[in-house]
Amino acid sequence: MRGVDGSPAVDAAAIGRIFREESGRSVATLIRIFGDIDIAEDAVQDAFTVALRRWPGDGLPPNPGGWITTTARNRGIDRLRRESRGRELLDQVAALPPDDHVPGTAQELVYVEDDRLRLIFTCCNPALSTEAQVALTLRLLGGLSTEEVARAFLVAEPTMAQRLARAKRKIKAARIPYRVPEDHELPGRLRSVLAVVYLIFNAGLTSPAEPSLCLEGIRLARILSALMPDEPEVAGLLALLLLTESRRASRTAADGSLVLLGEQDRSKWDPALIEEGRAIVRACLRRNRPGPYQLQAAISGVHAEARSIEETDWVHIVALYDQLFAISPTRVVAMNRAIAVGEVQGPAAALDLVDELALDNYYSFHATRADLLARLGRDREATIAYERAAAMAPTDAERDFFRLGGRTRPRPRD
Amino acid sequence: MAQYMFSVHSVGEAGGPERTQDEMQQMMAKITILEEEMKSANALVFSGRLTEADTATVVRMSGGELLTTDGPFAESKEHLGGFYIIEADDLDAALVWASKTTAAVGAPIEVRPFWEMPDA
Repeated sequence: MRGVDGSPAVDAAAIGRIFREESGRSVATLIRIFGDIDIAEDAVQDAFTVALRRWPGDGLPPNPGGWITTTARNRGIDRLRRESRGRELLDQVAALPPDDHVPGTAQELVYVEDDRLRLIFTCCNPALSTEAQVALTLRLLGGLSTEEVARAFLVAEPTMAQRLARAKRKIKAARIPYRVPEDHELPGRLRSVLAVVYLIFNAGLTSPAEPSLCLEGIRLARILSALMPDEPEVAGLLALLLLTESRRASRTAADGSLVLLGEQDRSKWDPALIEEGRAIVRACLRRNRPGPYQLQAAISGVHAEARSIEETDWVHIVALYDQLFAISPTRVVAMNRAIAVGEVQGPAAALDLVDELALDNYYSFHATRADLLARLGRDREATIAYERAAAMAPTDAERDFFRLGGRTRPRPRD
Repeated sequence: MAQYMFSVHSVGEAGGPERTQDEMQQMMAKITILEEEMKSANALVFSGRLTEADTATVVRMSGGELLTTDGPFAESKEHLGGFYIIEADDLDAALVWASKTTAAVGAPIEVRPFWEMPDA
């Protein structure tokens, strides 16, 4: 089907997709223009209504993103004209140079990209709770509806609406700035941006909700790496997410149970994602400014290139964990390093290292001990450790896995 | 420009380890330097240190009558020990001052924006 002028016709679903793709850019630009998040969101929503009415008949405009921003801006101005408090705001809007709104010009593009970057740092300001940072990022930058964000985190929509409203109220009342941090503040602030994206992706690993939070995380990481091409940790995060995503489908069996890395069908890993992830890791190596995300991506990349768990280059992985531990000396990193050491020097060496960590409240600690004890033939101790891991497991699939003594299926005869 | 109130929260003044004379002097010196810096940046509107919370008096209206009670309003180990009113461009700028303040006074700082009359 074609529109009246011969351009491809569009239905409501297609319009919804285009808006989700473009709304982050438009909202960001409109926040700069109007200085107010709610006005910007409402204006983009108005533009959506106009698009639903016009696009199916007229066909897609040549530059849908530019159309949305221009239409939303005009709608926003109309709306402000009708309100008394909007007049003053309008004077400021009128005072802006007109040429930065002309869609498609080089100057406009620079502004728009800067706008999204400003918006990321506003959403992920450490003065907001992590929950609020995550919700705002998905809503404003990712273009998800409040309902979609709520569903992804298994909370009721009114609860999520309240969380978003409270965060926006604080941004306004406390004047959380809409600007890119200066160079000297950037490392700390970037850390919180990357943590939010990583958290969104990880939430997707345990939540079956649609749209997939894993894919949203990757989309956000791609936006970040396009906006900050000179930040190696941004690239590292993108690589880590791509490599993790390449095996996501193999992590769970058809019945929802967990499949260990060693037992996954490696022919099902996604070769395109692996190639893209590893290419980024190689570029990071050449840049030689390592950081935690880059190193985790490098470790994930070593797994990706191995044909089996036995053929994995564990010596290389231990070396990467050594480097990671030097940068972020946490007990969780130490534990993962110990597991890798176990593959090189055997389970006894690994158990010695793990036992030093005393991570009693961390289920992976008990699961790791259980696995090592079982491999050493210390079955009774292994059983106790599995029970403790099962009691703390965050998901049903993992709990069942530990209940079965670290197996994905009951033993045929036990 | 916006104004922010920094509340200096003194934690457990009665129970905690007393500061030595030396430590007190060092702290006062740091605070003086910080306040000079705030003044020269035109950030300091007003500041004050309060006496111990047990010197407080609470007055309230109760059933149409004025009720006066001895002692602080909140039954808590933490009390407002002092405050700063700071002028800053935005929250990020205010938090830079707040981090310097917490380092100087050795107590947590609560940063709250002043309510502003919405433009009519």
